[in-house]
Amino acid sequence: MWRRPFLWFIVAAALVYALYPYFTDDVGMRESLLLAAVYIILASNLNLMIGYAGYVNFGNIVFFGLGGYICLYLVTALHWHVIPAALTGGAAVSALALLFGLGILRLRGAFFALATIGVNQAIQQLVVNFEPWGGATGIYLSLDAYGPLGGPMQALWTTYLMIVAVTTASLLASYAIRHSKFGLGLLAIGQNEDAASVLGVPTPRYKAMVYSASAFLPAVAGGLYFFKSGIIEPSSAFNLQTSIEAIVMVMLGGSGTILGPALGAFLYEELRGFLLTAQSFSQFQLVIAGALLLLIVQFVPGGLLGWVHQRWPRTRRWLE
Amino acid sequence: MIGILASVIDGILIGAVYGLAAMGLTLIWGVMNVINLAHGAIVVVGMFVLYMLVSALGLPAYGAVPVMIVLGFVIGIGLYWIGVHRMIGRPELMSLLSTFALNMVLIGLGTAWWTTSPYNVQVNMPSVSWRGYTFTGTHITAAALAVVIAGLLYLLLYHTRIGKAVRAVATNREAAELCGIPTTQVLAMAFGLGVALAGVSGTLIATMFPFTVLSGEAYQLKSFVVTVLGGLGNPAGALMGGIALGLIEGLATPFMPVSWIPIVEFGLFVFCLIAFPRGIFSFTKA
Repeated sequence: MWRRPFLWFIVAAALVYALYPYFTDDVGMRESLLLAAVYIILASNLNLMIGYAGYVNFGNIVFFGLGGYICLYLVTALHWHVIPAALTGGAAVSALALLFGLGILRLRGAFFALATIGVNQAIQQLVVNFEPWGGATGIYLSLDAYGPLGGPMQALWTTYLMIVAVTTASLLASYAIRHSKFGLGLLAIGQNEDAASVLGVPTPRYKAMVYSASAFLPAVAGGLYFFKSGIIEPSSAFNLQTSIEAIVMVMLGGSGTILGPALGAFLYEELRGFLLTAQSFSQFQLVIAGALLLLIVQFVPGGLLGWVHQRWPRTRRWLE
Repeated sequence: MIGILASVIDGILIGAVYGLAAMGLTLIWGVMNVINLAHGAIVVVGMFVLYMLVSALGLPAYGAVPVMIVLGFVIGIGLYWIGVHRMIGRPELMSLLSTFALNMVLIGLGTAWWTTSPYNVQVNMPSVSWRGYTFTGTHITAAALAVVIAGLLYLLLYHTRIGKAVRAVATNREAAELCGIPTTQVLAMAFGLGVALAGVSGTLIATMFPFTVLSGEAYQLKSFVVTVLGGLGNPAGALMGGIALGLIEGLATPFMPVSWIPIVEFGLFVFCLIAFPRGIFSFTKA
């Protein structure tokens, strides 16, 4: 699979992305790129559900938040190093998603979408009432926690590089899944679940597997992101609005493609940054995002990349 | 013991209003297989219509109810043409996203206009006292109005030609079209009705509790719980589901801290979705 130029393109883009703020030493740029990288992770893993399997997960942020909580708990209470803590968080959330997926993925279409909203809200309320995780106030990191990474200043750079690495892993995973038997099964489920099942795709198992797979990297990213922020609280960790924004990003870039969600996430984050700083627009950020989603859904359901593919069919072969 | 009874009765009164809100959601689902994720935003529209009419125009609080029914119907038909019409018959993902986009636009406009600070409309209704327990007048009136509106919807659906057309479209749109029913207009009208129900329930909720622009989300989730309890697409079940949810809230309140009640609700919600996807109160077999 390493013969495909597309993969080298992803790796090269990731290297530029990681090193550019490092060499220009531009901290503001790094923060903006870091947020964009987190959105790319969320969007590209959500795309496994929406774009491949055709299931809308409105509560995708629950993975990110839970991963963050587990990681910060391990770092503060048990004094783990952040890397194993984030990976443990990812594995735990992924395992939980697998268990849960076997239950709620029996639901089809709209029922599943509703259940995911319920899951997100239920877990948020549970965390609010869970004292070891700080209840409604959340968990704070002390500055000592950054010691193993060489102090707070150095830790910010290190977490940035780690998050870019997770972003790259997300894109590569999207690619690998897309070109595997598993991925083809998912695409078949997305087109017609009954037909796929008749043709021998083990639909319940594949759906639970993709639900679990789409949980792992966002949970790791959540651990790293909230470690970098130094604080996690229920309302920011399980923000339903971020979940929805991730859906907008997937649709903007083109669901079902590999590069599309990443492109959508990056563009959306830049647009949002512009709207937040522009005085006259800052209040209307939500309105503009909503109007954008409405226009995409109604007129270009394939998103940016889908539109390019339709306009220039030859691009399908190398732009995935 | 009587304390619990009082809390249960109050729960049932509020539950009737939840049921009315959920009827709007379930009507739209039943007729056009669209889950209206702008539902919460419309509940909020109903709340602020009450606020505007009472505080700006000085109308009596319950005078806002008929105004909201008409206004909600008009808004609903507008929203249908803006966001829903092109989604009919396409994958559910599309209509979910489209109505959610409408939700974002409405909430965004509301936040820009009214900010997210709490509002309260003072409604004076005499309360009923019984053995030292007081039942708030606004709760009783809201529940009574909810039941009356639900009854009117029943009459409309089952005893008029328009209602027959709505039911025909819900059962089989193509066959209805072949029989000469203008199905597109019927769909727009059903969406308008659903929105009017959601809006008027918002108005009734605002007579009982303080509210913000963002309160819609909580009531939208309650409406989901209620529709799932009552069976999606089943208006009569929605009213019963609403009363059941109110009953559960009323029963739970004396026994657990308030912050645990949402967990019970969402747990019940996910459990019912998985165990009874057609609803507990749905007697008809699909």
